[in-house]
Amino acid sequence: MSSKPRPRLREKAQVLDDVALDRALTRIAHEILEKNAGSSGLAFVGLRTRGVTLAQRLAARIGRIDGATLPVGTLDITLYRDDLDMRGAPVIRGTDIPFSIKDKTVVLVDDVLFTGRTVRAALDALIDLGRPRMIQLAILVDRGHREVPIRPDFVGKNLPTSRRESVAVRLREHDGEDQVVIQEPEEA
Amino acid sequence: MAWTRKDLLTMRELDAAEILTLVDTAASLQEIASREIKKVPALRGKTIVNLFYESSTRTRTSFEIAGKWLSADVVNFSISGSSAAKGESFVDTARNIAAMSPDVVVVRHSSAGAATLLARELPCSVVNAGDGAHEHPTQALLDLLTIREKKGHFEGLGVAIVGDIAHSRVARSNIHGMRKLGMTVTVAGPPTLIPPFVQELGCKVAYRLEDAIRDVDVIMMLRLQNERMAGDLIPSLREYARYWGLSLDKLHAHARPDVVIMHPGPVNRGVELSPEVADGPYSVILDQVSRGVAVRMGVLLLLAGSKSAEAA
Repeated sequence: MSSKPRPRLREKAQVLDDVALDRALTRIAHEILEKNAGSSGLAFVGLRTRGVTLAQRLAARIGRIDGATLPVGTLDITLYRDDLDMRGAPVIRGTDIPFSIKDKTVVLVDDVLFTGRTVRAALDALIDLGRPRMIQLAILVDRGHREVPIRPDFVGKNLPTSRRESVAVRLREHDGEDQVVIQEPEEA
Repeated sequence: MAWTRKDLLTMRELDAAEILTLVDTAASLQEIASREIKKVPALRGKTIVNLFYESSTRTRTSFEIAGKWLSADVVNFSISGSSAAKGESFVDTARNIAAMSPDVVVVRHSSAGAATLLARELPCSVVNAGDGAHEHPTQALLDLLTIREKKGHFEGLGVAIVGDIAHSRVARSNIHGMRKLGMTVTVAGPPTLIPPFVQELGCKVAYRLEDAIRDVDVIMMLRLQNERMAGDLIPSLREYARYWGLSLDKLHAHARPDVVIMHPGPVNRGVELSPEVADGPYSVILDQVSRGVAVRMGVLLLLAGSKSAEAA
């Protein structure tokens, strides 16, 4: 997520393949239902771009489990970043949450949890849209190195990494395949 | 595509990709207008000065609202009651304002090139909010955003711009923008109000309203800019209204049923537009005004929201 000129990356290891990724999402879906005692009042909000896809998959999975159709929204947190003027010109792709989040239990979904600053910005962005009853955080990969006190409620995979590594989540809808890999700078 | 300019001065200097970046950014910011809490923190701590040497309702207000919705501090400076009224020169006034470290100065002035002059003199970003009869880029951008929302695309659309082309900065900015996006532009008006340069900009010219509005997707009606006219360019207002005013009858007789009618405002009802047309189903005049806030948010965000713009 950093805008610093990045060195070329080489793939170090595969962390999740398509089967493991699918299993992790199924487990998260069940955990969400368990923690909230069902799906009533639930809504999903994904962080652009891959968080949205994961949110859609989680909502569909819960729909298959208990028959509910749950709303899914898209959040663009660019306007809430704390490093807006350290980056290049902002690219705004827009927030699209076509339902009221007031009094809902909103499950915020993102692919990778790292410093926590993106989620911090997402919480501000979400609360500006209304007052949800509760906000929970679902993450596919938690790679550690938090810089703010943020903790996920649902985690697909805890993955200890070093700061110089990066985690790439690839999803069928965007990248043609489902997998999570760790990458490291080539000249290391 | 990445935005790299320090200032927004003219549509003429922008390329199609830059115009689309501005329009797309504005489009995705529109959603803020429908929120319960119309404020995002993107420009917190930034200062925007509105420096208006000419009267304006829409443009100044919409820059002010745009800045405030992005959490910037917006200061309005108007000529009456200022040191400019006491004889201070334009550049001196601007340098004094710049000494207070604003991030963006939005300037409107009756002289063409005023914004370009300031952009050269000041270290902060400068936005041209209208310079004489030269350009008014944010108006053209909001017109383009409105057109894309109504028609879905730009390429191949036909537009008629009707009225006082000679004194219109709106026409000039729109012609540059529309031509770059692949639209066909016909300008129309009494010969005294059609400037000689328009063919060089790739426009067709019509000298009858009926010819201009046939088969176009968009009709843009302009006000007679009496404040900029030197001498008698039209015989009488009544005659102008009769030949160049757009009435429902003329619209039904000559224009396409899916045409949209635009006007940059202020409208002189009964002159260039009959009230039934201005308030009727073809009119998107108030849509233009609401898009204006989104466009100005987009411009302020791209100029003030990035370090690279200042360094460029």
